[in-house]
Amino acid sequence: MKTIALAAVCAALPTLAAADVSVTDPWARASILASRPGAAYLTLESDIADRLTALETPAAGHVMVHDTVTDAGGVSRMHHIDVLDLAPGTPVTFAPGGMHLMLMGLTGKLEEGRTFPLTLSFEHAGEITVEVPVLSVTATGPKGAE
Amino acid sequence: MNQTSNGYGLSCIRRGLWALTGVAAVALGAAFLWQALTRPDLPAPRVTGEAAITNAYTLTDHTGQMVTADSFDGQWQLVFFGFTHCPDICPTTLAYMAQVMDKLGPDASQVTPIFITVDPARDTRDVMAAYVGAFHPRMVGLTGTDAQVAEAACNFRVWYERAEDTTAPDGYTMAHSGHIYVMAPDGRFVDVWMEGDAPAETFANNLSTLIQTTGSSS
Repeated sequence: MKTIALAAVCAALPTLAAADVSVTDPWARASILASRPGAAYLTLESDIADRLTALETPAAGHVMVHDTVTDAGGVSRMHHIDVLDLAPGTPVTFAPGGMHLMLMGLTGKLEEGRTFPLTLSFEHAGEITVEVPVLSVTATGPKGAE
Repeated sequence: MNQTSNGYGLSCIRRGLWALTGVAAVALGAAFLWQALTRPDLPAPRVTGEAAITNAYTLTDHTGQMVTADSFDGQWQLVFFGFTHCPDICPTTLAYMAQVMDKLGPDASQVTPIFITVDPARDTRDVMAAYVGAFHPRMVGLTGTDAQVAEAACNFRVWYERAEDTTAPDGYTMAHSGHIYVMAPDGRFVDVWMEGDAPAETFANNLSTLIQTTGSSS
């Protein structure tokens, strides 16, 4: 019986190990005024269905997932996304003019050249912390994308 | 505050509707004339065109000077409406305008990028000064009273609205149109661009061609 259980656990291990989310190309735009919200961008990809449940950083009081939707008339509105679902193998890219992480209540100005840690919590993959480099005010993509 | 801007918006709409009525009457007359003068198997005339965008406003620039659209006579102008609490579209568009300026090379001296806030309650002169300076040394930031901003937006046919949002700073955010208007040195509306539609280089090349073919003081 024990052997069977052990075998089952062993068989399940690769599946568990595969519950992995990759967080790539994180960057934030330098802020001009600490009193204004900042924005950060990155790309998420999971090999299983997963869900982003929380975001945290010492750089801001509160991090929210926002989507900018621009209609046919050129009018842009921001939508707040509560939970972000990741479909297996489908990358979700945050980029200017689309989805962004809104950093509310900055603890200080985001200074170009610095980095700050950002912790993302996923339902299955758990917590992942990345260092987010702060690029110039006029940056429009991660380093090397231009 | 909203009522003031609504009042302006309505009077603007009213004027616009009267203008449209005029256009419709002329078009109707032209259509009759066309039918009278041409064979009936020809396609009917098509009236196209867009509402007139007028470069007219009285606002305060980021140095505290009172300015009107005429203050920028002789310069090509890139005009964008936004607000500084906007974390994504506005800095992205202003960054794009700054890139266009950089790609213009020596022609940049004939162009003034202008950022007009739609959130004058929070975007004071000091805020605008810190903000535009961070993007480009030639960028001008304009703010004013609610009525002045409403009038400027109305003349540019820019739509904006205060959207209540409890999760946003101060409980509200602004929805707004994100176009960049190209105005000629004589104040005439020339073209409209949007960040993301074309690389900054394409916009800059187009603008350089305009500057060289039209000249700076047409």
